[in-house]
Amino acid sequence: MKIAVIQFGGSNCDYDVHYVLTEVVGVDADLVWYKDELKGYDGVVVPGGFSYGDYLRAGAIAARAPIMDDVRKMADKGLPVIGICNGFQILVESGLLPGALMTNRYPKFKCQWVSLRVDNNTSPFTNAFKKGEIINIPIAHMEGNYFADDTTISDLNTQDRVAFRYVDPQGQPTMDVNPNGSIENIAGVLNARGNVLGMMPHPERASEEILGSADGKKIFNSMIDYISSF
Amino acid sequence: MQYHAEVTIGLKNGMLDPEAATVQKALEHLGYPTDNLKMQKRFILDVNASSADQAHDRVDEMCMRLLANPVIHNYDIVIEESG
Repeated sequence: MKIAVIQFGGSNCDYDVHYVLTEVVGVDADLVWYKDELKGYDGVVVPGGFSYGDYLRAGAIAARAPIMDDVRKMADKGLPVIGICNGFQILVESGLLPGALMTNRYPKFKCQWVSLRVDNNTSPFTNAFKKGEIINIPIAHMEGNYFADDTTISDLNTQDRVAFRYVDPQGQPTMDVNPNGSIENIAGVLNARGNVLGMMPHPERASEEILGSADGKKIFNSMIDYISSF
Repeated sequence: MQYHAEVTIGLKNGMLDPEAATVQKALEHLGYPTDNLKMQKRFILDVNASSADQAHDRVDEMCMRLLANPVIHNYDIVIEESG
């Protein structure tokens, strides 16, 4: 089993994700430069950062790079694809996930720990969690304000495709704890098939207890378990 | 034939634009109260095409595929013959 971590010009969480996969989770992973071929991998991580300096729109340029066609092919085969932060922005810009990520309601870069409620625990990324479990993972973004039209939001809800929501310690998705203005406190969404996840919080920054939380590791563990059973 | 195109892209009506709201608030602090301030992006380019219609179609395609995000944006294209 081998996971690809894609690097675009301006990716900056690529090494953190690679470290967590290889050293913490213990799975084979390669850093793959966006001009190289994506071949022979069982899963993909599109890491965070500021690809192309967020020119035009966050994620817009990277989403049109040819390597994204390979990512699309892997997603079509049912292989797991996860986009984190800028990676999430790239996945929505490429059309692999619905909606858009807009400037935070309070237009400032937000870097803080957040509590998330696991609303879907059946996806390849969340099956190691209990439904409704509250986990702690940090965010670091300025364009994380999830938006989609009413029909899309309703589909996401009825099809159980909201993976995570920002919640208070009681598990309630209140406006007070919504860090960026996302509709219905949405922090992570799945595609219709469930094998593509985009999330603004950084699980790779919460994968070891020494960092304050190891909750993020479970997302990578879930992904590995899913690939093993594929 | 070369055509000159000007594309203006903005958020769809009714969408929250925190950046524009912040600018509006800053203007207010300077003593310039305003309403409905909007911020838009403008792309200016020249394109080769056999007719103004074809030039328009090509630029429209550019908007759909890259320049705009159809989920959140509206855009307007103006085409003129250039020199």
